[in-house]
Amino acid sequence: MSFAGDIVTIVSVSAGAFFFLAGTVGLLRFPDTLTRLHALTKADTLGLGFVVLGLLPQAASLRDGLKLISIWLLALLAGATVSQLIARSARQSGSVR
Amino acid sequence: MSAVTVFGLSAAAAVGLGLYGLITNTQPLRKIIAFNLLGSGVFLLFGIIGRRGAAAGFGNDPVPQALVITGIVVAFSATALAIALLLQLYQTAGSTTLQSGAQRTGSRADPAGD
Amino acid sequence: MSIATVFEIVLAAVVLGLALWTIAVRETYSATVGFVAYGLLVSLIWVRLDAVDVALTEAAIGGGLGGVVLLGAAARLRATETTTAESRMVRLGAAILSAATAAALAVAILLLPDPAPTLAPAAVANASATSLANPVTNVLMAFRGMDTMLEKVVLLLAIVGVWSLASDQAWGGRPGPRHEADPNGVLAFLARLLPPAGIVIGIYILWTGADHPGGAFQGGAVLASMWLLVIMAGLADTPAASSRPLRLVLIAGPGLFLLVGLGGLCFGSAFLAYPIAFAKPLILGVEIAMLLTIAATLALLLAGAPERSMQR
Repeated sequence: MSFAGDIVTIVSVSAGAFFFLAGTVGLLRFPDTLTRLHALTKADTLGLGFVVLGLLPQAASLRDGLKLISIWLLALLAGATVSQLIARSARQSGSVR
Repeated sequence: MSAVTVFGLSAAAAVGLGLYGLITNTQPLRKIIAFNLLGSGVFLLFGIIGRRGAAAGFGNDPVPQALVITGIVVAFSATALAIALLLQLYQTAGSTTLQSGAQRTGSRADPAGD
Repeated sequence: MSIATVFEIVLAAVVLGLALWTIAVRETYSATVGFVAYGLLVSLIWVRLDAVDVALTEAAIGGGLGGVVLLGAAARLRATETTTAESRMVRLGAAILSAATAAALAVAILLLPDPAPTLAPAAVANASATSLANPVTNVLMAFRGMDTMLEKVVLLLAIVGVWSLASDQAWGGRPGPRHEADPNGVLAFLARLLPPAGIVIGIYILWTGADHPGGAFQGGAVLASMWLLVIMAGLADTPAASSRPLRLVLIAGPGLFLLVGLGGLCFGSAFLAYPIAFAKPLILGVEIAMLLTIAATLALLLAGAPERSMQR
């Protein structure tokens, strides 16, 4: 069990790191605010989900695992809301059509 | 190269950077940010001392940790008070510069009799 | 060189790079953003140093609330960007002074005595006085309780200082502008959804601080940010500075701490001496009062000086 758990951890956390990297590449390469927000929010949240998934086998108990998942859900909520607000204010300030 | 050495040297560098920024940045808000940087470097030095005092089953000596927690809260309240003073200065005088007659790009007229 | 050391070197390099960028960048707003990122990475350093309580405090108060107050100020002061810089002589002198200070500290770090002096065994030996398992909470509330009580007074003095900046018409009024947000919009949605969970999390952080990393300061910062979210979404207004219940909440923390301390003087052996039988309930009671005071004070420090008079 612990060996399989370690394999899942390594694969998932690596996938999460790859998605974070992809999000950062999007932030640097995309031309304007809205596309950058899209790349950043989607990729970072998915990356965080993979990292949490990878940490679940290492959690000491069911309660710790539930805490990890609730962290991911809170980050999901905050990320989605903040990206909406930034996009709205970017459109209102006229920097996008 | 242990954690203590790596983070201790970066804490010393943070103190140096904060001090430089405090002296050379002309805007008060930048000075406040540099002051916070300086403070955070000092707190890291406390953390280094605590890490070296790891004993009796703890990874870090609890007494410096408690001092740093107190310090972080006090530093935040001092920053909030400083920013309230700065905003009040901007509202009253129309600029935030500490030098009279220096160049400023604000759009308010000079207060009479300054 | 193990992987952990490589990670620590990379982390320290990124943190120093961010600090340098914060000092050197031209725009104030960018410097503020850089400082917030710096604060969050420094809390990672605290975790590596095995000081999880401090990491929580740094992330919540240093990075989170400190970032909010700096960003708010940077946004309001956008019109004051100046291009004047200090003269070359001042910059050169400052560079020499900073380099000398940093070098002296680095030498001091490298020459620290071995074996390192520590108070951890003393903290363990006296832990039976309070029956709390978290040694940092023990130190904060019992062994160095005087420091924590005086720190509450410092918070009170800071809020008195901020409130004293109100103009004559706004004296005792409500801090900050009345925020209006679309009641069907995203911010109002977040402000309705998050605070219940946030309040539970804040109280949980206080409760678990007795035995695990946590405590009143970290929980109070979470509660303060929930209140600020509700205010910023326009779902509630900032309280008036002259409101009596608010003032009672603000002095509840230091007041109760002082009462317990004087009780220790009268009924026990010294100021702030806890009787061993009642130590844990007393400490938890003081911490609950502290939680409310810290949450209210931190939120009000962020709200700023009163700007709207009560006669409106």
